[in-house]
Amino acid sequence: MKNLGTIGFSEEQVELMDVATSFCRDKSPMEKVRALMEDARGYDPDIWQEIADLGWLAIAVPEQHEGVGLSLAEVVPIMEQMGRHLLAGPFMATTLAAQALVAGGSETQKSAWLPQIASGTIATLALTEKEGDWNFNNVTAKAEASGGGYALSGTKQFVTYAEDTKLIIASVMLDSAVRLVLIERSTIADGALRREAIIDETKRSFELTLDGISVDAGAVMDADMSKAALAHVDLAANLLQSAEMCGGTQAVIDYTLDYLRTRKQFGKVIGEYQALKHPITDAYVAYEKARSHMFSAAHSFADQGRGEVATRMAKAAADKAYSHAADRAIQFHGGFGFTHDCDAQLYRRNAIWNASQFGDAAWQRMKLADLLF
Amino acid sequence: MAIAGVAKPTEAELKEYSAEAQAWFKENTVRDPGFMLPLTFMEVSTDQQFDFLREWQCKVYEAGYLGASWPKKYGGGGLHPDYQRAATRAMKDHDAPIMINAIGIGWAGPLLLDIGSEEQKQKYIKGMLNAEDIWCQGFSEPEHGSDLGNAQLKAVRDGDEYVLNGSKIWTSLGDRAKYMILLARTSNNEGDSKYAGLSFFLNPMNVPGIETRPIKKLTGEYGFVQCFFTDARIPAEGLMGGEGDGWKIAMKTLEYERGAKVNLAGGYFLKELDVMGIVDVARRSLRGGRPVLDDPVMRDQLVEYMIDIQAQNLNNYRRRMPPLVQDRPMGLPLMSKLARTEMIRELTEFSLQFQGAKAGYYVGDNNAVDDGYWHRAYLNSFSATIGGGTSQVQKNIVAEHVLGLPKGR
Ligand SMILES: Cc1cc2nc3c(=O)[nH]c(=O)nc-3n(C[C@H](O)[C@H](O)[C@H](O)COP(=O)(O)OP(=O)(O)OC[C@H]3O[C@@H](n4cnc5c(N)ncnc54)[C@H](O)[C@@H]3O)c2cc1C
Ligand SMILES: Cc1cc2nc3c(=O)[nH]c(=O)nc-3n(C[C@H](O)[C@H](O)[C@H](O)COP(=O)(O)OP(=O)(O)OC[C@H]3O[C@@H](n4cnc5c(N)ncnc54)[C@H](O)[C@@H]3O)c2cc1C
Repeated sequence: MKNLGTIGFSEEQVELMDVATSFCRDKSPMEKVRALMEDARGYDPDIWQEIADLGWLAIAVPEQHEGVGLSLAEVVPIMEQMGRHLLAGPFMATTLAAQALVAGGSETQKSAWLPQIASGTIATLALTEKEGDWNFNNVTAKAEASGGGYALSGTKQFVTYAEDTKLIIASVMLDSAVRLVLIERSTIADGALRREAIIDETKRSFELTLDGISVDAGAVMDADMSKAALAHVDLAANLLQSAEMCGGTQAVIDYTLDYLRTRKQFGKVIGEYQALKHPITDAYVAYEKARSHMFSAAHSFADQGRGEVATRMAKAAADKAYSHAADRAIQFHGGFGFTHDCDAQLYRRNAIWNASQFGDAAWQRMKLADLLF
Repeated sequence: MAIAGVAKPTEAELKEYSAEAQAWFKENTVRDPGFMLPLTFMEVSTDQQFDFLREWQCKVYEAGYLGASWPKKYGGGGLHPDYQRAATRAMKDHDAPIMINAIGIGWAGPLLLDIGSEEQKQKYIKGMLNAEDIWCQGFSEPEHGSDLGNAQLKAVRDGDEYVLNGSKIWTSLGDRAKYMILLARTSNNEGDSKYAGLSFFLNPMNVPGIETRPIKKLTGEYGFVQCFFTDARIPAEGLMGGEGDGWKIAMKTLEYERGAKVNLAGGYFLKELDVMGIVDVARRSLRGGRPVLDDPVMRDQLVEYMIDIQAQNLNNYRRRMPPLVQDRPMGLPLMSKLARTEMIRELTEFSLQFQGAKAGYYVGDNNAVDDGYWHRAYLNSFSATIGGGTSQVQKNIVAEHVLGLPKGR
């Protein structure tokens, strides 16, 4: 097979894994996750500040823009632990917005925004539209020349954490090419954002109406750069999602194992029944496979060709493992599994959310078929 | 693993050795001897296959590419394990045939090097490496397979000998072997202490009272046998450890097989499946007038297998990277047999679906796709999902030893 990913790790990655493991465990216990689900903002601003202070938003930002100058490979272990503990917040959104700038921004755009983001300013992407198409080149929102700048129109969906961002990077059509455009939150009227009801109650997402928003000429990315940025962000998102999903898979398996080791029926601990024992083992095996793919995707991400194959494989494997593990977790908790109190549903919903954004397993396989055969 | 007195090669030394090994396997590997080569040591059926593989192993050994890191005084090469790894890499790169003496160099050899006496090492190691002495494994019995701890073949001490009575079954290469590693009962413990009654022997096959009967496999070929022991007398020095240590030693041999703690002789006993071969079948086969590879459903399924195969490959590297397996270090080693063998079974089964009506042919018909290779590979794939502990038993092992679930009663 051509272009297959390889596996390896960096020292920084391992250090960050250790720090993130204890940080996310300590800062995001399940009571906290549940409390934040009820909170309008959906995350704890103090913890967000701590994350910024740890420098995690700066990791994959180049040094010349006041970042650390490492790569997304080093962000992966953080995202994995966030997924494992369902740590809420705009970390993925902000990291992806920064990546869009890194890959497609002009020098002016980069130096205006990257240092801010590296130190904790929230940013997000607005790529999806009402058809829910995972091909981000299919865009109907528009930018039209008006005055010295552009008037925007159209609607964007799944704009995560839009309410609290300072910067939204949206895709629009301009002169029949897709362009990324930088929109400052301050230019968006209150009525233009509508909170969406989404499957994952630990996250926040908004619909954004672009009509009435205008930006100046310097806010639009060049056409070629926009294209490159979109392709990069698509893969970056799938990489980070595979990490979040691996973390979630580990957590839901551990959560279920606790139940299988303690719950008794018919005089036996239910984990003795092979009807449960074998499927949870299958789920675990799938998880380890997905995790190997995750490390491979992180390690190979920057390699032309290999990076895409490894990343799409990682997302496909993570979706398959997570969806199955969380689905079985509900079932294996019996009547309790059917309740909102049982954590199994949180993971199942988180898995569906991640599959729904940037392409599920079947979508990734379709892309892979063209890359492999 | 560090071995006293054996120096780790420098990068340049290793590179040079590796280049020599690569050149040797390039020059000497025979891929098509004119008959089907077994993919695993459990599939050796004909004399032709047996002789070929035995000569091949001997040739590799004599060239210095097998047992390169085993001690010189017993017949090994006395080099650092990195050398052997490079040699095994070269075998893989050139798709070289398997090493036939799997039980010898993979199980009995490491055991002897670990706990054997000086005389035993002198006596057995070299013959294992050059395939002069073929070894087999006598664990399974007609009434006790998965429940190995309940094995009942009796061994009774009589002076300098043990007298054996009972039967072993599914013994791969049992009719060609000179020695057997044998699990036998030396006392009649039952229940939870059933294990305490087991002892482990190096058993010579060429003694009166041991008979073998070949068993025809589902493929129509031969490869394993049933062994009958009737008052067979073997020398008592064949006992490894003491009476009652059998289970512990049998479990030790499993660890060698997983390659965790020992200095392996090298080579492989199971061949990697030719995955690209399957893609190629999909490209060559037609379905509704179009290549199977253009059929969206088949494509999707095939990619799914590619992802799975790649995961197994990555797992093999990751298991040697401690920071990436911190949470459950035994997870990858204990799941690897299960994951790999089940995947091969599914994949070979899938390959039959490409073949349209031709899936109805079998080995021996000229019209069969790739001479029936895929059919045979599918049927033979069960050797690994059943042999060496079934997949269901492997799941119990992972569930109990990795996931901490209770043992079923
Ligand atoms: C929507 C809903 C409505 C309900 N309505 C009613 C109602 O009106 N009246 C009422 O009395 N009850 C009702 N129930 C309860 C329902 O009957 C129980 O939830 C169900 O019998 C399972 O019992 P449990 O929840 O104690 O799970 P457990 O028995 O603890 O099961 C946990 C897990 O172990 C598995 N398991 C248990 N024993 C074995 C075994 N021997 N072999 C293999 N696997 C095993 C189960 O399949 C499950 O996956 C309802 C449940 C739901 C979800
Ligand atoms: C090609 C081949 C080569 C072999 N070579 C050798 C050899 O060289 N030496 C040797 O000693 N043996 C050898 N074996 C034997 C092999 O180790 C046994 O067949 C295997 O351990 C299963 O034992 P069994 O056949 O008695 O099946 P059983 O143990 O009777 O199993 C029957 C079915 O029940 C399932 N089962 C059993 N126990 C459990 C449980 N606790 N939980 C869930 N499911 C269970 C099994 O998975 C299987 O599906 C070989 C087998 C094959 C197929």
